[in-house]
Amino acid sequence: MSDDHKPKAEPKAAELHGILAEYDTPDQLISAATKVRNAGFEKWDTYSPFPVHGIDEAMGIKMTVLPWLTLGAGLTGLFTAITMQWWMNAYDYPWLVSGKPLWSIPANVPIMFELTVLFSAITTLVGMLMLNGLPHPSHPLDLIRRFGRVTDDKFFLLIQAADPKFDETDTRKLIDATQPVAVENVPEDRVTPDDMPKGLVYALIVVTCAAVLPVALAVKARHSRTDKARIHIIQDMDSQPKYKAQRENPIFADGRADREALPGTVAVGHLNEDDHFFRGRVGGAWARTFPAQVELSDETMARGKQRFGIYCTPCHGQAGQGDGMVHKRAEALAQGGWIQPSNVTQEYLRNMPVGELFNTITNGIRNMPAYGPQIPPEDRWAIIMYVRALQKSQAGTLNDVPESERGSLK
Amino acid sequence: MAAASDLNPFQSPPKGDNMFAQITDNVTRIMEAPKPPRAWYIAFGIALTMLTIFFGSIGWAVWNGIGVWGNMMPVAWAFPIVNFVFWIGIGHAGTLISAILFLLRQNWRTAINRFAEAMTIFAVMCAGIFPGVHIGRPWLPYYMMPIPNQMGMWPQYRSPLEWDIFAVSTYATVSILFWYMGMIPDFATFRDRSTSTIKRLCYGVVAMGWRGSSRQWHRYERAYLLLAALATPLVLSVHSVVSFDFATAQLPGWHATIFPPYFVAGAIFGGFAMVVTLAVPARQFFGLKRIITIRHLELMAKVMIATGLMVGYSYGMEFFISWYGGSSYEGFTFVNRLFGPYAWAYWTMISCNVIFPQLFWFKNVRTNVWAILLIGMIVNVGMWFERFVIICTSLTRDFLPSSWGYYLPTKFDFMTLGGSFGLFFTLFLLFCRYLPMVAMSEVKAFSPAGGHARPHLHGHHDHGHDEHQTDSHAHAH
Repeated sequence: MSDDHKPKAEPKAAELHGILAEYDTPDQLISAATKVRNAGFEKWDTYSPFPVHGIDEAMGIKMTVLPWLTLGAGLTGLFTAITMQWWMNAYDYPWLVSGKPLWSIPANVPIMFELTVLFSAITTLVGMLMLNGLPHPSHPLDLIRRFGRVTDDKFFLLIQAADPKFDETDTRKLIDATQPVAVENVPEDRVTPDDMPKGLVYALIVVTCAAVLPVALAVKARHSRTDKARIHIIQDMDSQPKYKAQRENPIFADGRADREALPGTVAVGHLNEDDHFFRGRVGGAWARTFPAQVELSDETMARGKQRFGIYCTPCHGQAGQGDGMVHKRAEALAQGGWIQPSNVTQEYLRNMPVGELFNTITNGIRNMPAYGPQIPPEDRWAIIMYVRALQKSQAGTLNDVPESERGSLK
Repeated sequence: MAAASDLNPFQSPPKGDNMFAQITDNVTRIMEAPKPPRAWYIAFGIALTMLTIFFGSIGWAVWNGIGVWGNMMPVAWAFPIVNFVFWIGIGHAGTLISAILFLLRQNWRTAINRFAEAMTIFAVMCAGIFPGVHIGRPWLPYYMMPIPNQMGMWPQYRSPLEWDIFAVSTYATVSILFWYMGMIPDFATFRDRSTSTIKRLCYGVVAMGWRGSSRQWHRYERAYLLLAALATPLVLSVHSVVSFDFATAQLPGWHATIFPPYFVAGAIFGGFAMVVTLAVPARQFFGLKRIITIRHLELMAKVMIATGLMVGYSYGMEFFISWYGGSSYEGFTFVNRLFGPYAWAYWTMISCNVIFPQLFWFKNVRTNVWAILLIGMIVNVGMWFERFVIICTSLTRDFLPSSWGYYLPTKFDFMTLGGSFGLFFTLFLLFCRYLPMVAMSEVKAFSPAGGHARPHLHGHHDHGHDEHQTDSHAHAH
C-alpha cells in the first residue's frame, strides 16, 4: 500500500472490477451459478479447470454460432476446390489426358473433400478463438493469486462491477449465500500496461515492412527489363558457360566457335587406309573383286540377305526389282517427282564392278541416301554379295545350275 | 481487496491436495522438474544421433543424387515410398484415438489421446520428408502446389499423386490444429504452475490468455466436437487416397478395390502398435502409471487384435480375388508373393501382423506391459514389411518377364529409414519434456469428482453434459 512510486497500483473503491468467489466442487459452482442467474445478472462468468457438466444450463449460455461458421467455411472450401480445379485444368490450361473429358467430376472429388475439411477446420479453430476473444493477454483476475488455481483444481464465479444490477453490499450478500470457500474483491488492473510493449510494436512494423519487400521486388521484376541473367538459387545446369557450334567466339582470329580439324588429322579408329575395303577402289579404278577381309561363305551371304532385308527392301523390294513398299506408296499418292528405285538386277548393274556398287551404297545416288554412316563396311560388302546372288537368280540360265540339279527344274 | 504487493501476474498460485490437484501434479511434475530422468537423457542422446544420421544421409542423397539409394527400374518407388506409407499409417491411430473414439464416447481415450495426437504429427512429419527427397530435387515440390509460375502451368488434379499432396497436407494441418486446440487449457495450467518468468511467458503466449471461462468452454467444446467430426472422415480419406496411388495403377497386386479399407485398417493397426510402443516407456519413466493404466493398455491390445484381424482378412481376400477374378497376372503375383524371391518378406509380414497378435486373445498377455510392448514392436516391423511386400513384389514381377528385376536397398536406404526414427523420437522426447503429455482438463472431467463420467446430477437437461457435449446423448437418460 505504500508504493509511492507506483501510485496506480493502489486500488480504490471506484476501481473495483468485480467480486470473485471460490468453490471446491463443480456442484457448488453450478448451484451458485443458478442463484446468480436467477438474480438477473448479465456481466458475470464462471471459471473452471475443465468444462463443467451442466454449467451451460445453469448460466443460461446460448448455443454458439460457431457450427454455422464452420458450415459456411466448408461450403467455401468446396466451392474453391471446384472452381480452382475447373479453372486450372479445364479452362486456363486445358489438360488433355488420353482424350478424356477436360472436366470430369469424379476425379476431382478427393480434392473437393480435402479443401472442404481444411477450410472448415481452420475456421473452427480461428472462429472459436475470435468468438472467445482470444488471445486475451491480460485480465484483472490475473492479479488474484488464488485465481491461478482455476487451471488446476478450483472453481470460480465473478460478478463484474459493470453489471447494472451490481451493488457492492447486495452482491456480496448474494455471493455469501452461495457458500463459497472464499470471496475476494477484484480490483481493476492498473499494473499491466494498457499499450503493447513499444519494442513489440516496432518489431511488428519492421517485420511487416520486410514482408512487403519480396512482393515489391517480384512486381518490379515483372515490369522491368534487364540484360542480366535471372537469379537461380538452384542452378539445375540452366546456365552453362560454353560456346555452342556456329556461335561467335572472340578467342580465335576467325571468330568461329567450332574449330576445323588440322590438315591430316585422323580420328582414332578412323584411319581407313585400305582403299579396297573402305572405298571399293584398287589402283585408281573400281574394284572388280571382293576385298580379302570379306570371306566368301554361307554366313556372309546370310548376313547380306538379312541386312538387305533391313536396309534395301523398303525401296528396292524383296527381289531387288525396285518395287518396295515405299515405291508403291509413292505411286499410290501420285504426287509426282518420284523416281523409281533402280532394279538392282538389271543388266548394267549386273556388269557394274563391285567397288562401284560399294560406292553407291556408301554415298548414295540420285534420291538414294548415303548408307555409309549406317552400315559398317563389312555389312556393305555382304549386301553386295547378296545383290550379286539376286542378279544371278534373275538372269541365270540352265547352264548356271549344277548338272545334278538340272533334272528337278525340267 | 488484495494488497498491492500481491498484484503481480507472475506469481504462482498455492497448491491444493484434492483429486484434481493430483492429476495436475502428475502431469506438470515432468515440466516442473529441473531435470528429466536419466533415461530421458540416454534416449534423447540416441535419438539425436539417429537424427544426425537421418539428415546426413538425406544431405548425401541430395548432394550426390538419388543414385546412392538402391532405387532402380523396375522398382523406382522402393524405400522412400515404403517409408512414406509406413509413417503416414502410424499417424492414423492418433487421429482415431483423438477423434473417432471421442465421437464414440470412449472416455478411456483421455489418458492417451494427447500423446497419440503428438505421435500423429511427428509421424506425418517423418512421412512428408520421404516423397520430398524421393523426387530427387527437394527444392521443386512446389510444382505440385497451385502456385502461379513462370511455366504458366497448373497441377494435374486428376492424378492420385496430386490428391496425395492435398490429403496429406490437409491432414497435417488439421492434426496440428486439433492438437494445439486440445492443449490450450493445459498450456494455461502450465503457465499458472510455472515458476520461472521465461516459462510463464512462453506457456502464456501459447495459452493465449485462457482462463477457463465457462462461456469460453462452451465454444471450445463445440469447436472440439466439430474438429473431431471433421478429422474422422479426413483420417479415413487420407489413407484411402494413399492407397489410390497404388489402386489406380494397372499393376497386378495393386489394382484392387479392397485397397482403401485395407490400408485404413492397416494404418490403425500399425498406429496402435506405435502408441503402445511409446506409452509403455512413457508411463514407466514419467510416473504416469496412475493415469495410463493397465486397463488402457489392455483396451489398446483389443483394438490391435480387431484391426489385426481386419488386416489378415484383407490379405486373405486379396488371394481370393486374384483367383476369383481370373486374371492370370494377378494369380501369378500372389503365388509369387508366397513362394517368389520376396517370400521371406511376405512370411515376415504374415507372422508379425497375423500370427503374433493372436497372443492378445489371452488376458495375461493383454495385461502384461512388456508382452504388449514386444508385440507392439513386432507389429511395427510387420506393418513396415506389408508396404515393402506391396511395392517390391508387384514391381519386380509385372506383366513382362523381360522387365523383371530384384530390388536391394543400399546402406543409405537403411540409414534414412533408421534415421527417420531419430526425427520421430527427438520430437517425441522434446514433447514429453516440455508439453502437456496428458490432456489434464479432459482427465479431470472424467475423474470421479469431475462429474462427466457419472449420471446427470443437476436436473438440467440437454447439452454440455457429456465431456464434450452432445445433444443426442441427452435423450439417452
